[in-house]
Amino acid sequence: MEKHIKVLAKPELNKTNNVAKGCGECQASCQSACKTSCTVGNQVCEK
Amino acid sequence: MVQKLEIHKFKVANKMYLLDVNAGSLLKIDQLIWDILDLYNDFSREEIILTLQAKYDKQQIEDGLAELEELIKEGVLLDQKNQSPNEMCSVKGDVIKALCLHIAHDCNLRCSYCFACEGNFGGTAGLMSVETGKAALDFLLAHSGKRHNCEVDFFGGEPLLNFSVLKEIVEYGKRIGHQRGKNIRFTLTTNAILLDQEVQDYLNKEGFSVVLSLDGRKETNDRMRVDKGNNGTYERIVERIVPFVEGRNHTNYYVRGTYTRYNLDFGADVAHLVNLGFKQISVEPVIGSVEQDYALREDDLPKIYAEYERLSQLYLELYDTDKEFSFFHFNINLDQGPCLPRRLVGCGAGYEYVAVTPEGDIYPCHQFVGRKEFRLGSVFTGIENPAIREEFKNANIYTKEGCAECWARYYCSGGCHANAHLFNGSILKPDQLSCSIMKKRLECALAVQGELLERSMRKYN
Repeated sequence: MEKHIKVLAKPELNKTNNVAKGCGECQASCQSACKTSCTVGNQVCEK
Repeated sequence: MVQKLEIHKFKVANKMYLLDVNAGSLLKIDQLIWDILDLYNDFSREEIILTLQAKYDKQQIEDGLAELEELIKEGVLLDQKNQSPNEMCSVKGDVIKALCLHIAHDCNLRCSYCFACEGNFGGTAGLMSVETGKAALDFLLAHSGKRHNCEVDFFGGEPLLNFSVLKEIVEYGKRIGHQRGKNIRFTLTTNAILLDQEVQDYLNKEGFSVVLSLDGRKETNDRMRVDKGNNGTYERIVERIVPFVEGRNHTNYYVRGTYTRYNLDFGADVAHLVNLGFKQISVEPVIGSVEQDYALREDDLPKIYAEYERLSQLYLELYDTDKEFSFFHFNINLDQGPCLPRRLVGCGAGYEYVAVTPEGDIYPCHQFVGRKEFRLGSVFTGIENPAIREEFKNANIYTKEGCAECWARYYCSGGCHANAHLFNGSILKPDQLSCSIMKKRLECALAVQGELLERSMRKYN
């Protein structure tokens, strides 16, 4: 039977280790390319 | 329904997606699930079946509901009763880790849309001295606490107008960084007019990341990016930056353009940059008040939305070919993005990230430079206005108007404080036009990343 839903990405935001981080080593979001239109969600975790 | 979901469903290129806002899971769905979700939070199972029976078989609807319930059981979709607590946005510590160093409040170009008022930010033109630059780096390291990675972006005006000072500041930064066990990453944002061979070799040798300004097609670029004699700059920029990015093997750079009301077909500008051979591209909406003829307006949104969709299709079409490119705002990593605490507090302007003028004055970020009421202090005397810093520290998705209920909150993180202040007079009131553009761009980014994940599933399954 054809499924109606395909999971493309599993839950990430509510993982315990994700919730507990906050080390601050990641790049300041406006430094990389935008300078006017920041999106934090496209930054990379340094850990 | 017993369970309540906080979800966002959206369509890109006629495909349907579902984002669980709190979990960050992304699902591809069909029309049946789309229709069920219209009713899911407000109606009972029986009512949903009854309502949809005119369109679907009862068995089909039950199957769809069963799939949803299974995913809730597995935790892929979050029943709101069982959410992780997200109120963790109090900023700890007092750390500054990034500087935007305005080493030149002067510019060799006269771009019509410049927020820096031809480079001087509404003040007098001037270049930063070596002494001020060194004091800025001392200030940064003195405030960087336990952070190992610190950042300095050379900005302007046009920072290459002050290249000799830039080099001395870098030398100093490397020395004191080494002494104090810090890694200072240097970046440069330039219009590329002065990017000659000597400068290129230097930037490559010192491992700089660079942001190179070019708006796309010649007619797009030259309408806005002109020199003091009102001449276009396209050829001069292209002849500098094409060999430059090739010489650094297409690493650590972005070619960055701005789109305005004059090129709402900005996807064609991205395509042009791809055809010039660039692999890392960022094209951004212009910031301008409504009286400017180039400023984006509410009426432009349908065209802008369609253009982001077209761009997402171009991105996917060229992916895995020799013309594959990275588009900055589509780079959302769905399984290793920033942590939740970071997503709540936004860009960090005003407390983790500050801008320094040629005179050494400190502002919350480059966009606030020249708005006197936001002056935080000076690199020589330190923070003199801690109340402003507190105001920025406390600007997060729970204090910004409308953010706590917005599906995009964990990706946009409250948006740009400077835009909010420019359009609404408060850093806590996001600019709605920027929000609309951000949300569409995010939908396209999620769809693009979802599509790539699906391709890789097909490849390996």
